[in-house]
Amino acid sequence: MFKLEKTDQTLLIVVGILTLFAPFILNPFPEGSAMAQFNAGYPDLMQRFVIFGIFAIGFNILFGLTGYLSFGHAAFLGVGSYAAVWMFKLLSMNVIPAIILSVVVAGLFSLLIGFISLRRSGIYFSILTLAFAQMMFALAYSVLTPITGGETGLQLALDDPRIFGASQTPEGNIPVPGLFGLEMRDSFDLVMGSWVFTFNIGYYFCAMVMIASFYLAIRIFRSPFGLMLRAVKSNQQRMNYTGLNTRPYTLAAFVISGMYAGLAGGLMASMDPLAGAERMQWTASGEVVLMTILGGAGTLIGPVLGAGFIKYFENIFSKINSTILHEWFAFLPDGLEDFIVAILYPFIGKGWHLTLGILFMMVVIFLPGGLVEGGQRIRSWLQKRKSEKNTPNGSTEPAE
Amino acid sequence: MDAIILQILNGLDKGSAYALIALGLTLIFGTLGVVNFAHGALFMIGAFCAVTLSRILTLSHTIIDETKTDFLGNPLKVDVPYVHDIFGVAAGNVIIDWAVPLAILFAIPVMIAVGVIMERGLIKHFYKRPHADQILVTFGLAIVLQEVIKYFYGANPIPTPAPEAFKGSFDFGAAVGFDPNLIIYPYWRIIYFFFATLIIGGVFAFLQFTTFGMVVRAGMADRETVGLLGINIDKRFTIMFGIAAAVAGLAGVMYTPINSPNYHMGMDFLVLSFVVVVVGGMGSLPGAVLAGFLLGVLESFASMREVIDIIPGINQIIIYLVAIIILLTRPRGLMGRKGVMED
Repeated sequence: MFKLEKTDQTLLIVVGILTLFAPFILNPFPEGSAMAQFNAGYPDLMQRFVIFGIFAIGFNILFGLTGYLSFGHAAFLGVGSYAAVWMFKLLSMNVIPAIILSVVVAGLFSLLIGFISLRRSGIYFSILTLAFAQMMFALAYSVLTPITGGETGLQLALDDPRIFGASQTPEGNIPVPGLFGLEMRDSFDLVMGSWVFTFNIGYYFCAMVMIASFYLAIRIFRSPFGLMLRAVKSNQQRMNYTGLNTRPYTLAAFVISGMYAGLAGGLMASMDPLAGAERMQWTASGEVVLMTILGGAGTLIGPVLGAGFIKYFENIFSKINSTILHEWFAFLPDGLEDFIVAILYPFIGKGWHLTLGILFMMVVIFLPGGLVEGGQRIRSWLQKRKSEKNTPNGSTEPAE
Repeated sequence: MDAIILQILNGLDKGSAYALIALGLTLIFGTLGVVNFAHGALFMIGAFCAVTLSRILTLSHTIIDETKTDFLGNPLKVDVPYVHDIFGVAAGNVIIDWAVPLAILFAIPVMIAVGVIMERGLIKHFYKRPHADQILVTFGLAIVLQEVIKYFYGANPIPTPAPEAFKGSFDFGAAVGFDPNLIIYPYWRIIYFFFATLIIGGVFAFLQFTTFGMVVRAGMADRETVGLLGINIDKRFTIMFGIAAAVAGLAGVMYTPINSPNYHMGMDFLVLSFVVVVVGGMGSLPGAVLAGFLLGVLESFASMREVIDIIPGINQIIIYLVAIIILLTRPRGLMGRKGVMED
């Protein structure tokens, strides 16, 4: 099926099921219970999961396969957002043309930037991409205000032309993005006992796009082109000595991953039609690097895991405050309770970035392969233990 | 003419900060071969050394002054800093006023300790790992350091003024024969510039004229041979890391009166300093200093009204633009050495 090998096919199906049933899976705790704060099954957060998943999958095609560490990928996401919002302003509120334009524009930008930056490699490449992204950020923030909206960001207005759509709804509101009549923000709640599951059209649209881009990523990973990119990572010099020009391949990888970023940006704008320059700042580029490394660079599922992991814990950790901590440790004696809460307090709420930084350092130091490698290690450790159990000690000893 | 002199002067103080940070970055890169993304955080920690010292100096206890009353008629409570008790009121006030210059003495041991702990505790384990891993782990460290500072000092900038004696501006134009009030320049920025030149000169003299510096330079050129000659080069490189951290920290201490320190000032400077290092040439100390001043001055020229009128927005992007042009035309940077970081 899908021209994939067996394992990849299973992986794709698993990812597909997980994303499609996410409203159930992410809402395991009944509404109103003490654990309900750990639920992540609301549309806004689920959309972020899949959108950043797409962004990280794309980044991984560049970094995971070729080893070129770009520190300016958020620029393409920002460009994609702007393109999509302009499409909403000028053409119509349908998301399809908006997303197509955002992918195309991001592709053009990445072609230009990639063409220049890929003349160098290693840290110079990182600095060049960083320089380009910071340049775009600075320009979007200041001089290009007529196009980008500057500090306030690009927003829809009531007097936008929208040639193929209405400038405003009959009630005099700004129309919302939709797909041939389906409004992106529409959702319906399914109440089962004390559980409430929310199904959101925007989320399912993003989820379908993510599954498609995940499939595309698998095909790229398994293609001769993907093999060539891996060869670039392991020994570019040797590739050059065999008479092969690697630059077209790396450039193609750069453009593909830029287009993925543009797609993510377009989706982001489709879910919430505004775009701001801060999406292009280098800290945003750093975030996608974190996601990819945390999940496992160079693996298929890693970036998706990393994106989900970071966005989930960002959300949960930011919500916990000292009262909740006190509730958790209420069973301890008072002195100990205060002590533990005082220790944990810096890491929660606004301290989420501290936790993220420490976690990230731990991953880079001890687990360079990210969560995926962690999973593999645990599995091999379990298998080893199992096989040790199955073979009693006496029988393995060599005969004398 | 006066406008040009003014812009050169304006560029010098920012350029000094760039040059100091880039010098430290290059020292670390040249000796240990590590790309340190946490260097901006060291600059920030230096700035917060100044904040900490001025807080320590103004630590006070409350006494009740019987001679005065507040508006309710109760005896007035007065906060008296401990330095007043120790040195007397007049001397105590001078000490509090001079908190920032005094912080230099405070910051040097702190920064060297921070640098040595960082090198021994973390960076040591990353010599053999690829540059991408070094970038990533120091990037993580930078996030952690900045969040720790944010936890203790809050997210808002903390104003830390210069001593009263250096407030106000110097009429540079009048001194060199232009009309008065055409070129005026704050005293503290002049001091910052001279301080930076002093530090840079000190580092170069240390490397050039001491035995220790000679060994370090030899180690930068050929680490293995120096090791084979029976010299413990690792120990010296660790000390160099401490010195590089101290240079960044001092740049931060002295920058506090120019720009109130906040927790993300390090990141803001880091990106630019990396660009400076790359423009100067990876691993070249004179290159880093030259490029620092050059880009600082270029940036302030680009902020001139006349220039912005011709090319709008140029002041925002000039540094990056120069970096891109330099990297593409002179791949080794302005003064890069052959064979250093040539991918």
